[in-house]
Amino acid sequence: MKVGVVTFPGTLDDRDAARAVTHAGTTAISLWHNDADLKGVDAVILPGGFSYGDYLRCGAISRFAPVMEKIIDAANSGMPLLGICNGFQVLCEAHLLPGALTRNHELHFLCRDQKLEITNNQTAWTSSYSVGQKIVIPLKNGEGSFQCDDATLAALEGEGRIIARYVGENPNGSRNQIAGITNARGNVVGLMPHPEHAIDTLTGPTADGLGFFTSVLKALVK
Amino acid sequence: MALDTVAIAQTNPDAVQPFAELGLKPDEYARIREILGRRPTSSELAMYSVMWSEHCSYKSSKVHLKQFGDKAVKTDALLVGIGENAGVVDVGQGYAVTFKIESHNHPSFIEPYQGAATGVGGIVRDILTMGARPIAVMDPLRFGPADAADTRRVLPGIIAGVGGYGNCLGLPNIGGEVVFDESYIGNPLVNALCVGVMKHSDIKLAKAAGAGNLVVLYGAKTGGDGIGGVSVLASETFDATGPAKRPAVQVGDPFVEKVLIECSLEIFAEDLVVGIQDLGGAGLSCATSELASGGSGGMKVELDRVPLRDATLSPEEILMSESQERMCAIVEPKHIERFLEICKKWDVNVTVIGEVTDGERLEITWHGDLIVDVPPRTVAHDGPVYNRPLAKPEYVDRVNAEKVIVPRPSTADEIKSTVLKLAATPNLADKSWVTSQYDRYVQGNTIQSQPDDSGMVRIDEKTHLGVAIATDANANWSYLNPYEGAKLALAEAARNIATAGAKPLAVTNCLNFGSPEDPGVMWQFAESVRGLADGCLEMGLPVTGGNVSFYNQTGAVAILPTPVIGVLGVIDDVRTRTPMSFDRAGLELYLLGETADDVAGSEWAYMHGQRGGRAPVADLRREMRLIELLVEGRTSRIFTAAHDLSQGGLSASLTEMVLRHNVGADVTIANVEIVLISESPGRVIVAIDPAKLEQLLVLAKKQDIAITKLGTTGGDNLVINGAIIPLNELRSAHTETFPKLFG
Amino acid sequence: MAKIVVDVMLKPEILDPQGVAVSAALPRLGFTFAKSVRQGKRFEIEVDGEPTSAQLAEVAKAAETLLANPVIETFTVRVEK
Repeated sequence: MKVGVVTFPGTLDDRDAARAVTHAGTTAISLWHNDADLKGVDAVILPGGFSYGDYLRCGAISRFAPVMEKIIDAANSGMPLLGICNGFQVLCEAHLLPGALTRNHELHFLCRDQKLEITNNQTAWTSSYSVGQKIVIPLKNGEGSFQCDDATLAALEGEGRIIARYVGENPNGSRNQIAGITNARGNVVGLMPHPEHAIDTLTGPTADGLGFFTSVLKALVK
Repeated sequence: MALDTVAIAQTNPDAVQPFAELGLKPDEYARIREILGRRPTSSELAMYSVMWSEHCSYKSSKVHLKQFGDKAVKTDALLVGIGENAGVVDVGQGYAVTFKIESHNHPSFIEPYQGAATGVGGIVRDILTMGARPIAVMDPLRFGPADAADTRRVLPGIIAGVGGYGNCLGLPNIGGEVVFDESYIGNPLVNALCVGVMKHSDIKLAKAAGAGNLVVLYGAKTGGDGIGGVSVLASETFDATGPAKRPAVQVGDPFVEKVLIECSLEIFAEDLVVGIQDLGGAGLSCATSELASGGSGGMKVELDRVPLRDATLSPEEILMSESQERMCAIVEPKHIERFLEICKKWDVNVTVIGEVTDGERLEITWHGDLIVDVPPRTVAHDGPVYNRPLAKPEYVDRVNAEKVIVPRPSTADEIKSTVLKLAATPNLADKSWVTSQYDRYVQGNTIQSQPDDSGMVRIDEKTHLGVAIATDANANWSYLNPYEGAKLALAEAARNIATAGAKPLAVTNCLNFGSPEDPGVMWQFAESVRGLADGCLEMGLPVTGGNVSFYNQTGAVAILPTPVIGVLGVIDDVRTRTPMSFDRAGLELYLLGETADDVAGSEWAYMHGQRGGRAPVADLRREMRLIELLVEGRTSRIFTAAHDLSQGGLSASLTEMVLRHNVGADVTIANVEIVLISESPGRVIVAIDPAKLEQLLVLAKKQDIAITKLGTTGGDNLVINGAIIPLNELRSAHTETFPKLFG
Repeated sequence: MAKIVVDVMLKPEILDPQGVAVSAALPRLGFTFAKSVRQGKRFEIEVDGEPTSAQLAEVAKAAETLLANPVIETFTVRVEK
């Protein structure tokens, strides 16, 4: 079982995502943005960071990387794909997920231990959780406000494609407190907060984040 | 402007040169002529002017800083000492850790965001240049009064800049300080610390050795950033009418630096460089002259090969440019191809601009014409050394004799009101508004960060070896007694390392002072350095390097003397560290150390407009015994929690402990009217399981540290001598200050 | 020399916190003219000679694919002397 973790220039949380994958019991494979080669991995993570310095728009340049072509094809064929923070931004820019992430409504970069509610456990990345489960994982970004038009919002809500919502005060102005969404098939998930930073209580606020990485193991074994 | 070459300089020796505008004094200009045996070319003049500026040459501080070497304790742990880009210490298991703190004060007053951002960028490059992967940053910051209009102008920008650059580099911010005082209103202090880790074999030094080796410039292209920044900005005071000198401030691009870090580490991993230097203050002038000085002495550079962002730059400007995110490496010809390949992979600009030679001169040409021909040591190391006059200012004895008159809390109402006031005052209030703008999690190894006493990072995921860093300064004490003030700051930083159970190992420092041309300031500086050097010798901690920032002064008003001391410590297993606070009821609280009536220079005194009195006298032997107690207590698992006492005294520390995990405490304090607000050094609150009391008493006796029972943990209130302070009320007071001030 | 200018703005229904911050700051400085402010991006593209309509069409495509995110932004393309 192999999970690919992509590194773009400016990616920051790739090693942390790889650590989380290893912690969950499987092998992490490093994928370079410029190589159109998925190295036979079974799932892919687009990690957090400031790829290309967030130039132009977050993720706007990364989405055109050679590796992305292969990833988009694989995702369209059902391969599990998780975009965390900057990764979520890349997925939206690549139109694998609807909507867009914009500047936090209070304009500051915000790093905090964020309470979330898991609202869909039918995806490849959330099956380890129960619906309604509250978890706490770090949120750390400047552009995390999820925006989309009314039709898209209605579709997401109607089809149950919101996988996590912020609990309590909305930290960034995201519509309907949306912290993460999935595609119709349930294999592509975008999440703003960082589960890879909540895999143990030594270095994180909780170990609640590990579930994202154990979920995909189950999805792959099936 | 026609090109000024060495040939021309030899033919018109009496050409008038603008040395004064470039910040050189007449005797310094005369000395340059003497060294060269002719007048300098304008490029050479530019080089000497930036390299001989206060910021680069340390001309006013060198004679005093010598003490760090002279009084240094002999220790095997110090792998690289003062003189290189950053000091390096052995932390065990084959790991070496490098750390340093630097200032970027004047640029941050002019352009807060970029000043702070490039300050972070600069110190990170210093760490990278030693061969280390940067793993964390910290930011001690000082501003004018919290409610002053100019503080509202600079503070948000500075915080955003520190966060904007550090977050984008992927470096967790693991601590810092935010301090407000009138004296910083025209001169905010932005000090930035970076720590990096590597294996012993990875250590890189800044020397150009081996004739025929190539001089390679890589990173960002060169533009007109910060031309003359060091000489003009950092070496002259602002006038009272405002920042009159406004050359281009450096603008940073953290993405370029992130890529530079990854690219450099790959290059280092393949052992492709013989020497390396980052381009910081004084840019190419510094890098070339320092690399050449560090090696055999000879180097040839073709300046026209430097890739430019702005094609209109003159050679003088290129030499003085402080464009960010540039490094200079010395590479053997057999390795250059691989070097270029790695740069290409990361899309980093790279150009061979010269080579190391057999001679003893640094020669720089511009399209074939020789424009610089100097002995590099005279530029980089043999700058002027001043023995500036010092004189104890008249204020010292007068202010020391003042009586400190403050309200003394004794009734329940007074106790409650004192605790709430201290909790809410900007210097002690909750700093989440600031720290939530910093990523503390990236790299996944942060064990402690704000608001803990020290930042702690794990450096080995298998063995759980870790390092802890703390920075501290007490400008109030330094003002009253600069000698003791420096010692006390050293003790506090070391104690902050020890409360978590880590063992202090090495010291860095950032010495922020007013104008060295003022004998009173110079006296403050000399006393502070003497105190720090004596203190380090006594505590057995080597000074590994640091930074001096002079000219923090607007008109005749200097900042309070502010020596910021950084201490690095090591802990064999981060999992066993002692946390700052308790998360359950039923524990017992003890105060370690003795409390005297040390209200002079305290936050309580400051809040009541009382700036006088006598600073405490440091008892470093006792501090060392307390540190041993804390470290031993951690290894023996005696403590459930331990928290240092500093500004705000017992009141502030109790406040911070109960609010950390929302568990109250019930304490009884004898002589509360002194002990609640006094800031006597050498004290720590510990929380223990009652079953550990015997062991604690044995330890305290062994180390001859006074121990006083305070009370027990639990409940929804902080109760002091019967005064009930509900945690909710305390939390509101503590956490509302910053959002109210800064939005 | 002429250049092609692409102006990109957030769609009207998208929250623009930077624009909000600017419109709050203006009155603090004594400027009271603004009812509202929105912040956008401007791209200046140099081409050889006079821009042709074919080039403008290409720029529009580039704007739709890269320079703007059509999910949340709109853009205009024009020639500026």
